[in-house]
Amino acid sequence: MDNLFIYILRIADCSLILGQRMSEWCSKGPTLEEDIALSNIGLDLFGQANGFYEYASKIDGNKSADELAFKRNEREFFNYQISEQKNGHFGTTMVRNFLRDAFKYLFYNELSKSKDETLAALASKSIKEVKYHLRHSSNWIIRLGDGTNESNEKVQKSLDFLWQFTGEFFEMDEIDNKMLQEGIGVDNKKLKNEWNKIIIDTLNKGKLNKPEDGYMASGSKKGIHTEHLGFLLAEMQYLPRAYPDAKW
Amino acid sequence: MTEKATVWEVFIQTKNGLAHKHVGNVHAADKIMALENARDLYTRRNEGSCIWVVKSSEIISSESEDSEAFFDPSNDKMYRHPTFYTMPDGAKHI
Repeated sequence: MDNLFIYILRIADCSLILGQRMSEWCSKGPTLEEDIALSNIGLDLFGQANGFYEYASKIDGNKSADELAFKRNEREFFNYQISEQKNGHFGTTMVRNFLRDAFKYLFYNELSKSKDETLAALASKSIKEVKYHLRHSSNWIIRLGDGTNESNEKVQKSLDFLWQFTGEFFEMDEIDNKMLQEGIGVDNKKLKNEWNKIIIDTLNKGKLNKPEDGYMASGSKKGIHTEHLGFLLAEMQYLPRAYPDAKW
Repeated sequence: MTEKATVWEVFIQTKNGLAHKHVGNVHAADKIMALENARDLYTRRNEGSCIWVVKSSEIISSESEDSEAFFDPSNDKMYRHPTFYTMPDGAKHI
């Protein structure tokens, strides 16, 4: 398959899967205000995913954006494993989003300079939203970390668990390298210093400890996922698969 | 959080130069959260260019029992309205 097509799918999948996770918060948020904030973030992510899928669909020429989202199986999804991790309690959701938002913020920033004009435009559009998402999640990290003993302990625990999924952000495979050489893609490895800075700065403010790099999960670029993705897709894809003729 | 959260009044400025207008309130535990909640609740559909949030408890309001003393004396003094001016064409927001 086309390198660019896969490259775009990876970006789109990441937004779609996290968006689905955020939609699970709808009506379950800790307060009415936060419930709306979480759903709004979910909607932003769906919007981003849609933009990238439309572009991928144009390149592919066979599948529509909807088909790309709803008619692929687990092993054909390329989102980072962190996006599919379960919401857990509110603090876990915020840690997961914070680690990812910080990366995505840097990533889109670089992608907005891509030689591919469509990708650059999609990235520039997304970056405004991601900037807000990062602001939202980092404020919660500080608030919960520097809150009570219990909130600090809970968030630290989530952080220690989710840390293993941050290694994937900075991996580069053949497709990434090709895209980078052509001036289309981003050098993820280069983003690590900046990412560390954002993470350390926020964790310090929240009186939280940055976990040591230990075992790092990997494989999403080849479609390998944790057990959670299958269940997520089963729920998300049920309707269009059960009723293929259903219209929006 | 609900126990610790207080009510904040939200004011939105729709355009530069216009006055901030009261639109409603939000619950929040601190000022950053109040601003973000206000943004999420009241400006998602392009309603504003600036948000103010003010703790409801910081707003001093006149009481209804004072309304006679406060407002009635001006009822019969129409001359306080500058009705003899003609509005220039093209003047907006007056």
